[in-house]
Amino acid sequence: MLVSIYRYNPEVDDAPYMKDYQIDLPAGKDLMVLDVLQLLKEQDSSISYRRSCREGVCGSDGMNMNGKNGLACITPVSAAAKDDKLILRPLPGLPVVRDLVVDMGQFYKQYEKIRPYLINESPAPAIERLQSPEEREKLDGLYECILCACCSTACPSFWWNPDKFVGPSGLLQAYRFLIDSRDTATQERLSDLDDPFSVFRCHGIMNCVNVCPKGLNPTKAIGNIRTMLLQRAT
Amino acid sequence: MVTQITSFGRSGLYDWMMQRISALVLSLYTLFILGYLVFNPDLTYDQWSGLFETTWVRIFSLLTLLSIGVHSWIGLWSVSTDYIKATGVRFFFQSVCGLVMFVYVAWGIQVLWGL
Ligand code: SF4
Repeated sequence: MLVSIYRYNPEVDDAPYMKDYQIDLPAGKDLMVLDVLQLLKEQDSSISYRRSCREGVCGSDGMNMNGKNGLACITPVSAAAKDDKLILRPLPGLPVVRDLVVDMGQFYKQYEKIRPYLINESPAPAIERLQSPEEREKLDGLYECILCACCSTACPSFWWNPDKFVGPSGLLQAYRFLIDSRDTATQERLSDLDDPFSVFRCHGIMNCVNVCPKGLNPTKAIGNIRTMLLQRAT
Repeated sequence: MVTQITSFGRSGLYDWMMQRISALVLSLYTLFILGYLVFNPDLTYDQWSGLFETTWVRIFSLLTLLSIGVHSWIGLWSVSTDYIKATGVRFFFQSVCGLVMFVYVAWGIQVLWGL
């Protein structure tokens, strides 16, 4: 199989380039893309990428495989490759540190902006803040996000304004705290989002929904934030 | 919160709502004009200018004219902030758009009431 990999080492290369590798994959087995990278490292130890848990939990190995963002560790080669060719590029829209490793700074900055922690000014009860099963259920489909950045880097609105538009991942998290019954900062949170960029740069393109390896729906969360803003203001 | 002084209403929610309301007005007006043309196949000039002499048609047309201005301002403002990165060029583009829209609205009013 032919594997084409985006290579860039800013210390020696003037510009990024695609490098082709030929590799024989074990027959009768559908490897994950990450396994292929691991095998290629024996051929060329200079290929750089991030990985950690290798089972879709840590969110480190987000990359662009044949044009679609995803986690290399849980994407089978058969699903990613087209015409027996696997093309691997870094996540689009973020600065490349080296090869498939991107600088996630901008992505985390947006995450930080939405204050991803519970805010509750009332005195803490002796044991814990209780939630009913129904209240807890509202967090399903939101808390599972592993911050892999596959969605935000697939979003054109995030490509054009990564410093102003919070992006699908950050907004999914924003809604996760807006809807939490234990959080008391709902109004301030909403006020922080009511500008023409933070939320409203979303044009419902839905690339985020298409790529999320956890099967989450940021577009729906964004719609819910919009409804909350609308209800508050009318 | 991201500060913006060139957007239509400064608030994202307000712009978003105005974009939808103006879209609604524009589609209603399109339907009205198309419907009128379909139901009056052999339209004469007198009939046509008579239509635009009625006050409610003038009000409806003015509303549509303002909606075009608002709708295209919000839309083109979004486009300019997506694709034009140099502040000077972006501001120039936005000014030209603003001027053109103002001219269209003023000119449209003249046409409507000048018939
Ligand atoms: S929403 Fe999905 S794609 Fe986006 S960061 Fe979270 S897990 Fe990754």
